[in-house]
Amino acid sequence: MMEDNNKNSDSSKGGIGRREVIKSLATIPVLGAFAYGWYKKRNYEKFLKESILENINLEAVNPVFERKVSNNKQIRLGIIGTGGRGRALLKGAGFLRPEIIDDWKKGASENETDHRYRDYLEQEDLNVIVNGLCDIYEGNADKGLRACANIYREGSDGKMGSKPKRYKTYTELLAADDIDAVIIATPDHWHGTISIAAARAGKHIYSEKPMTWSVDETYEVVKAVKENNVVFQLGHQNRELESYYKAREAIRKGIIGKVNLIEITTNRNSPTGAWVYDIPEDAGPDNIDWNQFIGPAPWHDFSLKRFFRWRCWWDYSTGLSGDLFTHDYDAMNQIFDLGIPHSAVASGGIYYYKDGRTVPDVLQMAYEYPERDLTLLYSASLASNKRRGRTIMGHDGYMEVGSNLKIFADSGSTKYREKIREGIIDPSVPVFSYTPGMKKVDAITSPTEQYFAGRGLLYTYRGGKRVDTTHLHIKDWLDAIRTGSQPSCNIDRGFEEAMTAHMGTIAYRENRKVFWDPDKQLII
Amino acid sequence: MKQKYIDYSKVQLFWLVALRVLIGWHFLYEGLTKLINPNWSSVGYLLDSEGFLREFYISLAGSPTSLAVVDFLNIYGLILIGLGLILGLFTRISTIAGILLLALYYLSHPPCVGFKYALPTEGSYLIVNKVLIEMVALAVIFVFPTGRKIGIDRLICRKNKND
Repeated sequence: MMEDNNKNSDSSKGGIGRREVIKSLATIPVLGAFAYGWYKKRNYEKFLKESILENINLEAVNPVFERKVSNNKQIRLGIIGTGGRGRALLKGAGFLRPEIIDDWKKGASENETDHRYRDYLEQEDLNVIVNGLCDIYEGNADKGLRACANIYREGSDGKMGSKPKRYKTYTELLAADDIDAVIIATPDHWHGTISIAAARAGKHIYSEKPMTWSVDETYEVVKAVKENNVVFQLGHQNRELESYYKAREAIRKGIIGKVNLIEITTNRNSPTGAWVYDIPEDAGPDNIDWNQFIGPAPWHDFSLKRFFRWRCWWDYSTGLSGDLFTHDYDAMNQIFDLGIPHSAVASGGIYYYKDGRTVPDVLQMAYEYPERDLTLLYSASLASNKRRGRTIMGHDGYMEVGSNLKIFADSGSTKYREKIREGIIDPSVPVFSYTPGMKKVDAITSPTEQYFAGRGLLYTYRGGKRVDTTHLHIKDWLDAIRTGSQPSCNIDRGFEEAMTAHMGTIAYRENRKVFWDPDKQLII
Repeated sequence: MKQKYIDYSKVQLFWLVALRVLIGWHFLYEGLTKLINPNWSSVGYLLDSEGFLREFYISLAGSPTSLAVVDFLNIYGLILIGLGLILGLFTRISTIAGILLLALYYLSHPPCVGFKYALPTEGSYLIVNKVLIEMVALAVIFVFPTGRKIGIDRLICRKNKND
């Protein structure tokens, strides 16, 4: 066509002739072809999406969280244990050491994408005050006190509030009448004992996981919490992750069919990840209350390693089972209402960190739920970073759950057989993917988008809003106290978590299959 | 803006216009797909940048305002350049804008030794990638202009002459 037009290039010199117009507009038909192609392609994509959504009947919207108002009544807190985790909880409650804020401010001034300071300032004010603090190591107590005094979220040059009262023992702290609720972030062997005492003193409790160190005290904690009518929250902040709510919905709708296997894993490969923490140079018997540290544990002479790396010894710890498995278990309990399993077996060993520890660094635990026809499998290594994630496997599909959620159809699925054959569903591409914070949920997304979504890169900076799950979990607890309701990881969920973890630990340590007797509520 | 008149043979003109229109098609489609995807944002691409302008690209992603501007300019830039090249409308300015946009893409993700990207590429490249080739093709379009021969620019040009 263009060549035809060209033949008459010199005609109509005066006005605008017909050929002139044709030459000017010769490429317009290309737009028509474009529009037709566009229409066909969009229609095909719409057809694919609708065909998939017929089966994947999930609401294409983010789950809505009804957040209650935090701001009506000030709650007076006490904190027992201000080591690394205790201070992270203080941050979630709105108290951070001024030195850290200095660092974050500096970071933000050097790098525009460093939003830690801004995110922290945006964290909601929970209207709490810390009136009492207890830690048996001076260094941690001092850091905790300075964090608690920083009520205006200022750097070192800013205005501070008054420091809370420091108690030498948790019993004195629990006796204080200017404390309504306590955060317990001690080593594992103290969780139960302090929770029982706190409940009896009428204090509401936020306890770090696992709920207990021994089986027997587990019953006592439940009894004390229920009898004294206090609000108990167990520190599984995963309860606040949106993707788990979406996963729960997907399971309830049977999108991946009958689930027969759940695989959860821990994959770490660093000294810190394996609990080999740095030991402060100034620490020694004169600034650590060793007798109080030992508490319910068997006696051992003073040891800096045991004090700072307590997670490595059964004497104070619950090992991989209590420390890391419990988070994943609780996530699955949140999605499936699993409860306590029928039985547990375990194996593993100390295969890499031969540093005198007694807890294993490689551990496998298999829990059976025969009534639900499924196995919960946990596999952990503290000396390999190979990411294995959390996978829920069903006959019709499988689901990968993290901060994002991806659902894949299984190539052998009965339910999706036709659609896989017709090429509508591709088993190698997620049929559903959910990224929290996205404006909407898509049935299929482009490979690039998938790639970034999988790494949590996609929406991190848009609108700049990132919220700390620990903060939300503390808020959930405070809201429950204010409204007299139950928090998301309450005492019943805590009982299930503790018993399940203990079953695995016993199976490993005694090298036998362990059973749960639901009638007698006993591990046998 | 004085353009030197170049006489093309029919075959030369055909392939030059074809090249212009195809590049226009590509721009238009890239722009429209971004426009209709409510979740599209340049943030991932910007944050994935390497090379000597890395800091600049990352800073663009740093604030919601600058990101919104980048997204807007990118989407409508692609669409307008695409339409311009297909229709031969404001062909010179569309070509220059296209070259600039492609240069920005190229400099954000130069395929040089030692740079690693999270963003998957659809081919294997060393220094030269398809972005660079498309950019050079546009440079060819620029030095061998066709808008006033086949395109709406012909009409505009004539009108101006008559004035």
